[in-house]
Amino acid sequence: MDFPSTQFVPSRIMGTYQPIHQIGMWGENFKSIGNPSISASVIVEVDNKLENESETASHEMPAPSCKHDQEASKPFDKIQRRLAQNREAARKSRLRKKAYVQQLESSRLKLMQLEKELEQAREQGLYIGGGLEAGHLGFSGAVSPGIAVFEMEYKHWMQVQNRQLGELRTALNAQISDIELRIVVENGMSHYFELFRMKSTVAKADVFYVMSGTWKTSAERFFSWIGGFRPSELLKVLVAQLDPLTDQQIFEVCNLKQSCQQAEDALSQGMEKLQETVSATLAAGQLGQGTYFPQVAMAMEKLEALVCFVNQADHLRQETLQQMSHILTTRQAARGLLALGEYIQRLQDLSTLWATHPREPA
Amino acid sequence: MDKLMRLASGKDVVVFSKSSCCLCYAITILFQELGVTSTVHEIDQDPEGREIEKTLMRLGCNAPVPAIFVGGRLVGSTNEVMSLHLSGGLIPMLKPYQTWC
Repeated sequence: MDFPSTQFVPSRIMGTYQPIHQIGMWGENFKSIGNPSISASVIVEVDNKLENESETASHEMPAPSCKHDQEASKPFDKIQRRLAQNREAARKSRLRKKAYVQQLESSRLKLMQLEKELEQAREQGLYIGGGLEAGHLGFSGAVSPGIAVFEMEYKHWMQVQNRQLGELRTALNAQISDIELRIVVENGMSHYFELFRMKSTVAKADVFYVMSGTWKTSAERFFSWIGGFRPSELLKVLVAQLDPLTDQQIFEVCNLKQSCQQAEDALSQGMEKLQETVSATLAAGQLGQGTYFPQVAMAMEKLEALVCFVNQADHLRQETLQQMSHILTTRQAARGLLALGEYIQRLQDLSTLWATHPREPA
Repeated sequence: MDKLMRLASGKDVVVFSKSSCCLCYAITILFQELGVTSTVHEIDQDPEGREIEKTLMRLGCNAPVPAIFVGGRLVGSTNEVMSLHLSGGLIPMLKPYQTWC
Protein backbone atom coordinates (compact mmCIF):
# COMPACT_ATOMS: atom_id res chain seq x y z
CA MET A 1 0.00 0.00 0.00
CA ASP A 2 1.12 3.55 -0.72
CA PHE A 3 0.69 6.02 2.06
CA PRO A 4 1.04 9.79 2.10
CA SER A 5 4.43 11.01 3.35
CA THR A 6 3.32 12.86 6.50
CA GLN A 7 4.37 11.21 9.70
CA PHE A 8 1.11 10.95 11.51
CA VAL A 9 -1.02 9.62 8.77
CA PRO A 10 0.71 6.33 7.96
CA SER A 11 0.46 4.99 11.49
CA ARG A 12 -3.18 5.92 11.71
CA ILE A 13 -3.92 4.56 8.29
CA MET A 14 -2.00 1.44 9.14
CA GLY A 15 -4.03 1.17 12.29
CA THR A 16 -7.36 1.72 10.56
CA TYR A 17 -6.78 -0.72 7.73
CA GLN A 18 -5.99 -3.67 9.92
CA PRO A 19 -9.40 -3.93 11.58
CA ILE A 20 -11.09 -4.12 8.16
CA HIS A 21 -8.84 -7.04 7.35
CA GLN A 22 -9.85 -8.66 10.60
CA ILE A 23 -13.53 -8.08 9.86
CA GLY A 24 -12.96 -9.99 6.64
CA MET A 25 -11.58 -12.86 8.70
CA TRP A 26 -14.58 -12.83 10.98
CA GLY A 27 -16.82 -12.99 7.94
CA GLU A 28 -15.14 -16.29 7.12
CA ASN A 29 -15.70 -17.56 10.64
CA PHE A 30 -19.37 -16.61 10.35
CA LYS A 31 -19.70 -18.99 7.46
CA SER A 32 -18.21 -21.91 9.35
CA ILE A 33 -20.66 -22.72 12.10
CA GLY A 34 -18.16 -24.93 13.88
CA ASN A 35 -16.37 -22.39 16.06
CA PRO A 36 -18.75 -19.72 17.20
CA SER A 37 -16.77 -19.11 20.38
CA ILE A 38 -13.62 -18.32 18.45
CA SER A 39 -15.33 -15.91 16.11
CA ALA A 40 -17.02 -14.30 19.08
CA SER A 41 -13.66 -13.48 20.65
CA VAL A 42 -12.36 -12.19 17.34
CA ILE A 43 -15.43 -9.99 17.09
CA VAL A 44 -14.81 -8.57 20.55
CA GLU A 45 -11.19 -7.91 19.66
CA VAL A 46 -12.18 -6.25 16.43
CA ASP A 47 -14.82 -4.12 18.07
CA ASN A 48 -12.43 -2.94 20.80
CA LYS A 49 -9.70 -2.27 18.31
CA LEU A 50 -12.06 -0.26 16.12
CA GLU A 51 -13.40 1.67 19.04
CA ASN A 52 -9.86 2.44 20.23
CA GLU A 53 -8.75 3.37 16.76
CA SER A 54 -11.63 5.73 16.12
CA GLU A 55 -11.12 7.32 19.53
CA THR A 56 -7.40 7.90 19.15
CA ALA A 57 -7.91 9.03 15.59
CA SER A 58 -10.45 11.62 16.61
CA HIS A 59 -8.12 12.95 19.30
CA GLU A 60 -5.24 13.27 16.96
CA MET A 61 -7.34 14.58 14.17
CA PRO A 62 -7.30 18.33 14.81
CA ALA A 63 -3.47 18.50 15.01
CA PRO A 64 -2.50 17.71 11.42
CA SER A 65 -5.15 19.99 9.96
CA CYS A 66 -3.63 22.90 11.87
CA LYS A 67 -0.02 22.11 11.09
CA HIS A 68 -0.36 21.09 7.45
CA ASP A 69 -2.47 23.14 5.13
CA GLN A 70 -3.64 22.04 1.72
CA GLU A 71 -1.32 19.08 1.55
CA ALA A 72 -2.89 17.64 4.64
CA SER A 73 -6.52 18.52 3.84
CA LYS A 74 -6.77 15.89 1.10
CA PRO A 75 -5.45 13.00 3.21
CA PHE A 76 -7.45 14.48 6.10
CA ASP A 77 -10.67 14.00 4.13
CA LYS A 78 -9.55 10.55 3.13
CA ILE A 79 -8.87 9.72 6.74
CA GLN A 80 -12.26 10.99 7.78
CA ARG A 81 -13.91 8.93 5.07
CA ARG A 82 -11.98 5.83 5.97
CA LEU A 83 -12.82 6.24 9.63
CA ALA A 84 -16.50 6.70 8.79
CA GLN A 85 -16.33 3.58 6.63
CA ASN A 86 -14.69 1.71 9.45
CA ARG A 87 -17.32 2.81 11.89
CA GLU A 88 -19.98 1.73 9.43
CA ALA A 89 -18.26 -1.60 8.88
CA ALA A 90 -17.98 -2.10 12.62
CA ARG A 91 -21.66 -1.32 13.07
CA LYS A 92 -22.61 -3.80 10.37
CA SER A 93 -20.30 -6.33 11.92
CA ARG A 94 -22.00 -5.94 15.27
CA LEU A 95 -25.42 -6.37 13.63
CA ARG A 96 -24.26 -9.52 11.83
CA LYS A 97 -22.90 -10.86 15.07
CA LYS A 98 -26.23 -10.20 16.79
CA ALA A 99 -28.17 -11.89 14.01
CA TYR A 100 -25.83 -14.87 14.08
CA VAL A 101 -26.16 -15.29 17.82
CA GLN A 102 -29.95 -15.06 17.58
CA GLN A 103 -29.95 -17.72 14.88
CA LEU A 104 -27.81 -19.95 17.09
CA GLU A 105 -30.20 -19.45 19.98
CA SER A 106 -33.31 -20.33 17.99
CA SER A 107 -31.58 -23.37 16.48
CA ARG A 108 -30.64 -24.50 19.96
CA LEU A 109 -34.25 -24.17 21.12
CA LYS A 110 -35.48 -26.03 18.04
CA LEU A 111 -32.99 -28.80 18.70
CA MET A 112 -34.15 -29.12 22.29
CA GLN A 113 -37.78 -29.26 21.14
CA LEU A 114 -37.00 -31.92 18.52
CA GLU A 115 -35.12 -34.01 21.07
CA LYS A 116 -38.10 -33.81 23.41
CA GLU A 117 -40.53 -34.84 20.67
CA LEU A 118 -38.28 -37.69 19.66
CA GLU A 119 -38.18 -38.93 23.23
CA GLN A 120 -41.97 -38.74 23.48
CA ALA A 121 -42.47 -40.52 20.18
CA ARG A 122 -40.15 -43.29 21.28
CA GLU A 123 -41.96 -43.62 24.58
CA GLN A 124 -45.24 -43.96 22.75
CA GLY A 125 -43.66 -46.59 20.59
CA LEU A 126 -44.45 -44.76 17.39
CA TYR A 127 -41.26 -45.89 15.79
CA ILE A 128 -38.06 -47.72 16.57
CA GLY A 129 -35.21 -45.27 17.10
CA GLY A 130 -32.25 -45.73 14.79
CA GLY A 131 -29.00 -47.36 15.93
CA LEU A 132 -26.99 -45.75 18.68
CA GLU A 133 -29.59 -43.32 19.98
CA ALA A 134 -32.05 -46.12 20.75
CA GLY A 135 -29.53 -47.92 22.91
CA HIS A 136 -28.35 -44.74 24.53
CA LEU A 137 -31.87 -43.75 25.59
CA GLY A 138 -32.58 -47.24 26.88
CA PHE A 139 -35.42 -47.71 24.43
CA SER A 140 -36.79 -51.23 24.42
CA GLY A 141 -37.75 -51.24 20.75
CA ALA A 142 -41.40 -52.16 21.35
CA VAL A 143 -43.71 -50.54 18.78
CA SER A 144 -47.48 -50.20 19.19
CA PRO A 145 -48.62 -53.12 17.00
CA GLY A 146 -51.92 -51.53 15.93
CA ILE A 147 -50.20 -48.42 14.66
CA ALA A 148 -47.32 -50.32 13.05
CA VAL A 149 -49.77 -52.53 11.19
CA PHE A 150 -51.82 -49.53 10.07
CA GLU A 151 -48.78 -47.65 8.77
CA MET A 152 -47.71 -50.65 6.75
CA GLU A 153 -51.20 -51.15 5.38
CA TYR A 154 -51.62 -47.47 4.58
CA LYS A 155 -48.40 -47.44 2.60
CA HIS A 156 -49.72 -50.35 0.59
CA TRP A 157 -53.12 -48.66 0.32
CA MET A 158 -51.51 -45.56 -1.25
CA GLN A 159 -49.67 -47.72 -3.79
CA VAL A 160 -52.89 -49.44 -4.79
CA GLN A 161 -54.63 -46.05 -4.89
CA ASN A 162 -52.07 -44.65 -7.34
CA ARG A 163 -52.35 -47.75 -9.48
CA GLN A 164 -56.15 -47.44 -9.53
CA LEU A 165 -55.94 -43.78 -10.52
CA GLY A 166 -53.81 -44.83 -13.48
CA GLU A 167 -56.42 -47.43 -14.40
CA LEU A 168 -59.18 -44.83 -14.17
CA ARG A 169 -57.28 -42.48 -16.46
CA THR A 170 -56.74 -45.24 -19.01
CA ALA A 171 -60.34 -46.44 -18.77
CA LEU A 172 -61.75 -42.95 -19.30
CA ASN A 173 -59.58 -42.34 -22.35
CA ALA A 174 -60.24 -45.73 -23.87
CA GLN A 175 -63.65 -46.63 -25.28
CA ILE A 176 -64.65 -49.27 -22.77
CA SER A 177 -68.22 -50.28 -22.04
CA ASP A 178 -70.20 -48.87 -19.17
CA ILE A 179 -70.27 -52.26 -17.51
CA GLU A 180 -66.47 -52.50 -17.53
CA LEU A 181 -66.19 -48.90 -16.33
CA ARG A 182 -68.61 -49.71 -13.53
CA ILE A 183 -66.23 -52.40 -12.28
CA VAL A 184 -63.35 -49.91 -12.18
CA VAL A 185 -65.57 -47.47 -10.26
CA GLU A 186 -66.68 -50.15 -7.79
CA ASN A 187 -63.04 -51.06 -7.16
CA GLY A 188 -62.26 -47.44 -6.44
CA MET A 189 -65.18 -47.12 -4.02
CA SER A 190 -64.31 -50.38 -2.24
CA HIS A 191 -60.78 -49.15 -1.86
CA TYR A 192 -61.96 -46.10 0.10
CA PHE A 193 -64.24 -48.28 2.23
CA GLU A 194 -61.23 -50.45 2.99
CA LEU A 195 -59.43 -47.37 4.32
CA PHE A 196 -62.35 -46.57 6.62
CA ARG A 197 -62.22 -50.13 7.97
CA MET A 198 -58.47 -49.82 8.59
CA LYS A 199 -59.02 -46.53 10.40
CA SER A 200 -61.74 -48.02 12.55
CA THR A 201 -59.40 -50.81 13.69
CA VAL A 202 -56.51 -48.50 14.55
CA ALA A 203 -58.88 -46.03 16.26
CA LYS A 204 -59.67 -48.74 18.81
CA ALA A 205 -55.93 -49.10 19.48
CA ASP A 206 -55.15 -45.37 19.60
CA VAL A 207 -57.80 -42.83 18.66
CA PHE A 208 -55.41 -39.91 19.12
CA TYR A 209 -53.23 -41.35 16.40
CA VAL A 210 -56.16 -41.22 13.96
CA MET A 211 -57.19 -37.74 15.13
CA SER A 212 -53.67 -36.36 14.79
CA GLY A 213 -53.42 -37.50 11.19
CA THR A 214 -49.75 -38.37 11.67
CA TRP A 215 -50.08 -40.92 8.89
CA LYS A 216 -51.02 -38.20 6.39
CA THR A 217 -49.03 -35.33 4.89
CA SER A 218 -49.06 -31.87 6.46
CA ALA A 219 -51.32 -30.19 3.89
CA GLU A 220 -53.86 -33.02 4.24
CA ARG A 221 -53.76 -32.50 8.01
CA PHE A 222 -54.49 -28.81 7.49
CA PHE A 223 -57.88 -29.71 6.01
CA SER A 224 -58.59 -32.46 8.52
CA TRP A 225 -61.95 -32.70 10.26
CA ILE A 226 -62.32 -35.41 12.92
CA GLY A 227 -59.60 -37.58 11.45
CA GLY A 228 -60.19 -37.14 7.71
CA PHE A 229 -61.58 -34.98 4.94
CA ARG A 230 -64.77 -32.96 5.45
CA PRO A 231 -67.53 -34.48 3.25
CA SER A 232 -69.05 -31.13 2.25
CA GLU A 233 -65.60 -29.85 1.18
CA LEU A 234 -65.17 -32.99 -0.87
CA LEU A 235 -68.47 -32.29 -2.63
CA LYS A 236 -67.39 -28.73 -3.42
CA VAL A 237 -64.19 -30.00 -5.07
CA LEU A 238 -66.03 -32.72 -7.01
CA VAL A 239 -69.00 -30.74 -8.31
CA ALA A 240 -66.75 -28.25 -10.06
CA GLN A 241 -65.15 -31.15 -11.98
CA LEU A 242 -68.35 -32.89 -13.01
CA ASP A 243 -69.94 -30.52 -15.52
CA PRO A 244 -72.31 -30.98 -17.16
CA LEU A 245 -74.81 -32.21 -14.59
CA THR A 246 -78.51 -32.47 -15.29
CA ASP A 247 -80.90 -30.26 -13.36
CA GLN A 248 -82.06 -33.27 -11.39
CA GLN A 249 -78.48 -34.12 -10.50
CA ILE A 250 -77.72 -30.55 -9.45
CA PHE A 251 -80.80 -30.62 -7.22
CA GLU A 252 -79.79 -33.93 -5.62
CA VAL A 253 -76.18 -32.86 -5.11
CA CYS A 254 -77.36 -29.64 -3.47
CA ASN A 255 -79.53 -31.61 -1.07
CA LEU A 256 -76.66 -33.97 -0.34
CA LYS A 257 -74.33 -31.05 0.36
CA GLN A 258 -76.87 -29.49 2.72
CA SER A 259 -77.44 -32.78 4.56
CA CYS A 260 -73.68 -33.24 4.89
CA GLN A 261 -73.26 -29.79 6.33
CA GLN A 262 -76.06 -30.36 8.84
CA ALA A 263 -74.60 -33.71 9.90
CA GLU A 264 -71.09 -32.22 10.15
CA ASP A 265 -72.45 -29.38 12.24
CA ALA A 266 -74.12 -31.78 14.64
CA LEU A 267 -70.97 -33.90 15.01
CA SER A 268 -68.78 -30.80 15.47
CA GLN A 269 -71.03 -29.57 18.26
CA GLY A 270 -70.95 -33.02 19.81
CA MET A 271 -67.14 -32.88 19.72
CA GLU A 272 -67.18 -29.49 21.44
CA LYS A 273 -69.41 -30.92 24.14
CA LEU A 274 -66.97 -33.80 24.53
CA GLN A 275 -64.08 -31.35 24.96
CA GLU A 276 -66.05 -29.43 27.59
CA THR A 277 -66.93 -32.65 29.41
CA VAL A 278 -63.37 -33.97 29.47
CA SER A 279 -62.00 -30.59 30.51
CA ALA A 280 -64.55 -30.20 33.30
CA THR A 281 -63.86 -33.74 34.55
CA LEU A 282 -60.12 -33.21 34.49
CA ALA A 283 -60.33 -29.86 36.29
CA ALA A 284 -62.75 -31.09 38.96
CA GLY A 285 -61.73 -30.57 42.53
CA GLN A 286 -58.83 -28.30 43.38
CA LEU A 287 -55.98 -27.92 40.96
CA GLY A 288 -52.62 -27.70 42.67
CA GLN A 289 -53.16 -30.27 45.43
CA GLY A 290 -50.92 -32.76 43.68
CA THR A 291 -53.21 -35.80 43.86
CA TYR A 292 -55.48 -36.16 40.90
CA PHE A 293 -55.69 -39.73 39.74
CA PRO A 294 -59.50 -40.05 40.10
CA GLN A 295 -60.02 -37.05 37.81
CA VAL A 296 -57.65 -38.41 35.21
CA ALA A 297 -59.28 -41.86 35.35
CA MET A 298 -62.75 -40.37 34.93
CA ALA A 299 -61.60 -38.13 32.10
CA MET A 300 -60.21 -41.17 30.33
CA GLU A 301 -63.60 -42.84 30.54
CA LYS A 302 -65.23 -39.80 28.94
CA LEU A 303 -62.56 -39.70 26.26
CA GLU A 304 -63.57 -43.18 25.04
CA ALA A 305 -66.43 -41.44 23.22
CA LEU A 306 -63.86 -39.97 20.82
CA VAL A 307 -63.68 -43.35 19.09
CA CYS A 308 -67.42 -43.11 18.38
CA PHE A 309 -67.00 -39.67 16.83
CA VAL A 310 -64.16 -40.76 14.58
CA ASN A 311 -66.25 -43.74 13.46
CA GLN A 312 -69.25 -41.50 12.81
CA ALA A 313 -67.15 -39.07 10.79
CA ASP A 314 -65.81 -41.92 8.65
CA HIS A 315 -69.33 -43.26 8.27
CA LEU A 316 -70.39 -39.85 6.99
CA ARG A 317 -67.53 -39.91 4.45
CA GLN A 318 -68.52 -43.36 3.28
CA GLU A 319 -72.19 -42.42 2.94
CA THR A 320 -71.28 -39.29 0.99
CA LEU A 321 -69.28 -41.34 -1.50
CA GLN A 322 -72.11 -43.88 -1.75
CA GLN A 323 -74.75 -41.25 -2.38
CA MET A 324 -72.63 -39.55 -5.03
CA SER A 325 -72.19 -42.83 -6.85
CA HIS A 326 -76.00 -43.19 -6.88
CA ILE A 327 -76.59 -39.66 -8.20
CA LEU A 328 -73.89 -39.77 -10.91
CA THR A 329 -73.67 -41.81 -14.09
CA THR A 330 -70.89 -44.41 -14.26
CA ARG A 331 -68.76 -42.15 -16.40
CA GLN A 332 -69.25 -39.19 -14.07
CA ALA A 333 -68.45 -41.36 -11.05
CA ALA A 334 -65.21 -42.48 -12.72
CA ARG A 335 -64.25 -38.86 -13.42
CA GLY A 336 -65.20 -37.97 -9.84
CA LEU A 337 -62.99 -40.66 -8.35
CA LEU A 338 -60.11 -39.60 -10.56
CA ALA A 339 -60.61 -35.95 -9.61
CA LEU A 340 -60.69 -36.79 -5.90
CA GLY A 341 -57.58 -38.96 -6.15
CA GLU A 342 -55.65 -36.33 -8.03
CA TYR A 343 -56.76 -33.61 -5.61
CA ILE A 344 -55.29 -35.65 -2.75
CA GLN A 345 -52.09 -36.13 -4.75
CA ARG A 346 -51.84 -32.36 -5.19
CA LEU A 347 -52.24 -31.92 -1.43
CA GLN A 348 -49.43 -34.41 -0.87
CA ASP A 349 -47.20 -32.65 -3.41
CA LEU A 350 -47.96 -29.35 -1.70
CA SER A 351 -46.75 -30.85 1.57
CA THR A 352 -43.51 -32.03 -0.01
CA LEU A 353 -42.91 -28.71 -1.72
CA TRP A 354 -43.58 -26.85 1.51
CA ALA A 355 -41.15 -29.02 3.45
CA THR A 356 -38.33 -28.55 0.96
CA HIS A 357 -38.93 -24.91 0.15
CA PRO A 358 -36.02 -22.79 1.46
CA ARG A 359 -36.98 -20.13 3.95
CA GLU A 360 -35.26 -17.06 5.43
CA PRO A 361 -33.68 -17.80 8.81
CA ALA A 362 -35.57 -16.24 11.73
CA MET B 1 -89.95 -53.62 27.71
CA ASP B 2 -93.18 -52.03 28.89
CA LYS B 3 -91.61 -48.81 30.05
CA LEU B 4 -89.62 -48.54 26.84
CA MET B 5 -92.67 -48.98 24.64
CA ARG B 6 -94.63 -46.57 26.77
CA LEU B 7 -91.93 -43.94 26.44
CA ALA B 8 -91.34 -44.57 22.77
CA SER B 9 -94.85 -44.99 21.46
CA GLY B 10 -95.96 -41.41 21.72
CA LYS B 11 -96.64 -39.48 18.51
CA ASP B 12 -93.21 -38.06 18.87
CA VAL B 13 -89.50 -38.15 18.10
CA VAL B 14 -87.89 -39.89 21.05
CA VAL B 15 -84.18 -40.16 21.73
CA PHE B 16 -82.94 -42.54 24.38
CA SER B 17 -79.75 -41.06 25.72
CA LYS B 18 -77.35 -40.96 28.65
CA SER B 19 -76.53 -37.66 30.30
CA SER B 20 -72.80 -38.10 29.59
CA CYS B 21 -73.26 -39.15 25.94
CA CYS B 22 -71.99 -36.49 23.56
CA LEU B 23 -73.02 -38.43 20.46
CA CYS B 24 -76.60 -38.38 21.75
CA TYR B 25 -76.22 -34.63 22.15
CA ALA B 26 -75.07 -34.42 18.53
CA ILE B 27 -78.20 -36.23 17.37
CA THR B 28 -80.48 -33.85 19.26
CA ILE B 29 -78.58 -30.94 17.66
CA LEU B 30 -79.22 -32.43 14.22
CA PHE B 31 -82.94 -32.76 14.96
CA GLN B 32 -82.99 -29.19 16.21
CA GLU B 33 -81.43 -28.03 12.94
CA LEU B 34 -84.19 -29.86 11.11
CA GLY B 35 -86.87 -28.14 13.17
CA VAL B 36 -87.72 -31.06 15.44
CA THR B 37 -87.81 -30.89 19.21
CA SER B 38 -87.07 -34.42 20.30
CA THR B 39 -88.06 -35.90 23.63
CA VAL B 40 -84.92 -37.07 25.36
CA HIS B 41 -84.91 -39.83 27.98
CA GLU B 42 -81.68 -40.06 29.94
CA ILE B 43 -81.74 -43.73 30.84
CA ASP B 44 -78.85 -43.36 33.30
CA GLN B 45 -81.15 -41.18 35.36
CA ASP B 46 -84.04 -43.63 35.11
CA PRO B 47 -84.43 -46.18 37.93
CA GLU B 48 -85.35 -48.79 35.31
CA GLY B 49 -82.47 -47.68 33.09
CA ARG B 50 -80.74 -51.05 33.05
CA GLU B 51 -83.90 -52.78 31.81
CA ILE B 52 -84.36 -50.22 29.07
CA GLU B 53 -80.73 -50.65 28.07
CA LYS B 54 -81.09 -54.42 27.83
CA THR B 55 -84.24 -54.08 25.75
CA LEU B 56 -82.57 -51.67 23.34
CA MET B 57 -79.69 -54.10 22.88
CA ARG B 58 -82.19 -56.90 22.25
CA LEU B 59 -83.91 -54.75 19.63
CA GLY B 60 -80.67 -54.74 17.69
CA CYS B 61 -78.89 -51.57 18.76
CA ASN B 62 -75.14 -52.15 19.01
CA ALA B 63 -74.76 -49.30 21.42
CA PRO B 64 -77.81 -48.77 23.60
CA VAL B 65 -77.63 -45.03 23.13
CA PRO B 66 -78.49 -43.05 21.17
CA ALA B 67 -81.61 -44.94 20.15
CA ILE B 68 -84.07 -42.98 18.04
CA PHE B 69 -87.77 -43.68 17.72
CA VAL B 70 -90.00 -41.77 15.31
CA GLY B 71 -93.74 -42.17 15.65
CA GLY B 72 -93.23 -45.19 17.88
CA ARG B 73 -90.98 -47.04 15.42
CA LEU B 74 -87.30 -47.68 16.05
CA VAL B 75 -85.24 -45.90 13.41
CA GLY B 76 -81.92 -47.04 14.84
CA SER B 77 -78.77 -45.39 16.17
CA THR B 78 -76.52 -42.61 14.85
CA ASN B 79 -75.46 -44.63 11.79
CA GLU B 80 -79.00 -45.21 10.65
CA VAL B 81 -80.08 -41.61 11.21
CA MET B 82 -77.04 -40.26 9.30
CA SER B 83 -77.51 -42.66 6.38
CA LEU B 84 -81.19 -41.77 6.23
CA HIS B 85 -80.41 -38.08 6.25
CA LEU B 86 -77.82 -38.25 3.48
CA SER B 87 -80.08 -40.35 1.31
CA GLY B 88 -82.84 -37.78 1.76
CA GLY B 89 -85.16 -40.01 3.75
CA LEU B 90 -84.96 -38.36 7.15
CA ILE B 91 -86.74 -35.08 6.47
CA PRO B 92 -89.87 -36.71 4.99
CA MET B 93 -89.98 -38.95 8.05
CA LEU B 94 -89.68 -35.99 10.39
CA LYS B 95 -92.13 -33.75 8.54
CA PRO B 96 -95.11 -34.41 10.81
CA TYR B 97 -93.00 -33.48 13.83
CA GLN B 98 -91.33 -30.34 12.56
CA THR B 99 -92.16 -27.27 14.61
CA TRP B 100 -90.59 -24.13 13.23
CA CYS B 101 -90.85 -21.38 15.81
